[in-house]
Amino acid sequence: MKLFAIRGGIHPDYRKELCAEKAIVALPLPRKLTIPLQQHAGAPALPVVAVGDVVGKGQVLAKAQGMISAPVHAPTSGRIAEIGDFPAPHPSGLTQRSIILEPDGRDAWADDLPAPIADPFKASARDIGDRVAASGIVGLGGAAFPSAVKLSLGTRHKLDMLLLNGAECEPYLTCDDRVMREYTDEVVDGARIMAHALGAPRVVVAIEDNKPAALAAMVKAAGAFANVEVVSVPVQYPMGSERHLTQAIIGLETPARKLTADLGVVVHNVATARAVHHAVRFGRPLVSRVVTVSGKGISQPKNVDVPLGTAVSELLAFCGGLSGTPKRVISGGPMMGQPLPSLDVPVVKGTSGILALTDAEVNEKPAGPCIRCGTCVTICPCGLVPVEMAAFIRKENMDGAAKSGVMDCVSCGSCSYVCPSHIPLVHYFNYAKGMINAKDRERRKTEQTKAMVEVRAARLEKLAEAKHKATAARKAPTETPGEGKASA
Amino acid sequence: MTFLPEKSGPFGHAETSVQKTMTLVLAALLPATLFNVWLFGWPALLLFLVTVGSCVAIEAGCLKMTGRPVQPTITDGSAVLTGWLLALSLPPWAPWWIGVIGALFAIWMAKFLFGGLGQNVFNPAMIGRVAVLISFPVQMTAFVPPKPLFTEGAPGLMESIGITFGETVNMDTVSAASALNFIKTELSRGIPVSQSMASVPGFTDMALGFHPGSMGETSALLILAGGLFLMAKRVISWHIPVSLIGTLLVMGTIFNLANPDRYLSGVFHVMSGATLLGAFFIATDYVTSPVSKSGQIVFGIGCGVLTWVIRTFAGYPEGVAFAVLLMNSLTPIIDYHIRPRAFGRTRKGEPLALTRKT
Repeated sequence: MKLFAIRGGIHPDYRKELCAEKAIVALPLPRKLTIPLQQHAGAPALPVVAVGDVVGKGQVLAKAQGMISAPVHAPTSGRIAEIGDFPAPHPSGLTQRSIILEPDGRDAWADDLPAPIADPFKASARDIGDRVAASGIVGLGGAAFPSAVKLSLGTRHKLDMLLLNGAECEPYLTCDDRVMREYTDEVVDGARIMAHALGAPRVVVAIEDNKPAALAAMVKAAGAFANVEVVSVPVQYPMGSERHLTQAIIGLETPARKLTADLGVVVHNVATARAVHHAVRFGRPLVSRVVTVSGKGISQPKNVDVPLGTAVSELLAFCGGLSGTPKRVISGGPMMGQPLPSLDVPVVKGTSGILALTDAEVNEKPAGPCIRCGTCVTICPCGLVPVEMAAFIRKENMDGAAKSGVMDCVSCGSCSYVCPSHIPLVHYFNYAKGMINAKDRERRKTEQTKAMVEVRAARLEKLAEAKHKATAARKAPTETPGEGKASA
Repeated sequence: MTFLPEKSGPFGHAETSVQKTMTLVLAALLPATLFNVWLFGWPALLLFLVTVGSCVAIEAGCLKMTGRPVQPTITDGSAVLTGWLLALSLPPWAPWWIGVIGALFAIWMAKFLFGGLGQNVFNPAMIGRVAVLISFPVQMTAFVPPKPLFTEGAPGLMESIGITFGETVNMDTVSAASALNFIKTELSRGIPVSQSMASVPGFTDMALGFHPGSMGETSALLILAGGLFLMAKRVISWHIPVSLIGTLLVMGTIFNLANPDRYLSGVFHVMSGATLLGAFFIATDYVTSPVSKSGQIVFGIGCGVLTWVIRTFAGYPEGVAFAVLLMNSLTPIIDYHIRPRAFGRTRKGEPLALTRKT
């Protein structure tokens, strides 16, 4: 298959060898699970259980609310101990509404799981979409966008291809690699079901060529199906970015403010496909995920199948704990992952990795002056000029930064990674994006308020007018009583 | 336990640093420098040390006076590099104060007054060179024929100290002209280029470096090797050197073919003067050249055209320094207008039109 070049990008130190040959192991059931109601992009789920309830594995704990949302399910059987606010796996360190589940140790599936869909390829797109939605499946690559919403794109777009993302371009992470190697058939089956739901005639699985075992396994499994093709893509961060991967495969850039679906392509992660397989074939919702626990600050790096809601500290203990004092503990990959505020936060649907990185791995240095070397311009996969945007942002010139394209930045981190002066460019851009979004919200709010004030003024005016008329009407008969009498 | 940083990711960094970049550039300059120090002897070494030392001392002084941290900036190697390039652009037997005054213009005026590393509009070394060239044209055009160290006729160390630091310079002994200078002078006397070319050093001497010239500019091959090393190490890209040299070569060749009596050949333009040093080491200065690759090509072409124009029509025989400085002043404009196309957008910044393959 002919591949197309993508612009820029970098070749970070991948360090995948720490974990690539470690088979997935299941985590023993923890004593307590903390299940946040929002583990996805969109609105938080609404609890449907009460404290004291006994639940089976896979039972709905909270239902989706709104268009973009996802339900959460019991990762194991047990008792609801508490519903309250607990620290979220987010750098803010803020709390989040969460359900505390005390496992009973039986790990028994609930009785009322939905029935398997006997022949998914005869089922309607709607049925599969509903099942995926009801199973709480979100993008497991890390973005955690509700998958059912992306599966419904087939109704509004004529799609050519389901592009299954097995690029796994983040350093350290090997969870997708292992899933493709160990659950090959499940991934392929899930992908075919998704393609059917999307109405996409083809499935293309893209895997970076630093994963030869996964490639071989997937090629073999895909051989049985004429419409499934496995493609090896070059190692080039951020190959796994949805729009860049699409460009590498079909050669077209997704226009700004459009979706890859407008080009006929929908991208889903390989682990998501496996979750769809479980939901459709067995009626099992998303209750666990494979997490890469790695970094030189981890005693025994592992790929672990973790029940959602497990405390990071418990997962780390299973991996032999921290060795020494790591400099940073990250959720996700080192390029785009989030630092964790504490080790007491839970593993959620979007947690692809837990990394404990040493000083040497992080290689942080104080920022120096920019020497305009232009490397950030050369490697920016979005064709932006980071050096210029940073100059605007340093002067708090958000309009300049916006005009320079900061909102097109995908925060892939390539520029920060290569900067010889160690300038935290992505930090600047995230700050600017926050400021610009806040300003936008403020402006919209002001407009809304203004509109409301105008409506109110109009209403009051109308009311006053009506009152005035009524008074006039009332006054009119009282002023002419004499006449009335006279006429009477 | 908390591991929260004060900034967002990425939590990893390439093994890059300003110091590393500067060190690589200095390493690339080393062969040509060593060769020319050997070729022009002790006075060249003394002037080199004075110039580099002055640059570092002036930088330290400037930082100290304004209360900025001295150590991290001095150790980044940028002042050493500026001094090094300035020294390479001076006549090897020039007196010590040429180096000091050049350093003052380069570091204090061109770099520090603009805000220090990364903030200067003009290439500091070239500001230094041009300032002393304009102020002291006699000393700045007094080149020496090669007098390799430890050969007959080469000055000893004591004599060299006299040449560099004393008042004893006999301008007649150092009156050799650079090839470009010679041809320009001959042309002004009405002797056609085609004729005077016979008296300048041959191609091999030009390539190897056995001819009068600035301290670091004579050996085309060693400078080329240094430049290719920098490219291999990805410190610089091909864009500026190739566009600069290519432009000069093409313009020189075309005009030379049209009128060989009036115009120098393209190959001679490339091999002589500061062309190669300028193309690989001076025009490629990060701070003062455009950040985008397409901008760098425009910049390189501009440098090439201006160099040819100045060499051909202006009063000075050599034009690389002026050309680079003129293009430096255009860098912000080039950066403003010539930028990469953003993903999913047209060059004007509008979203791309939706096209689908069928």
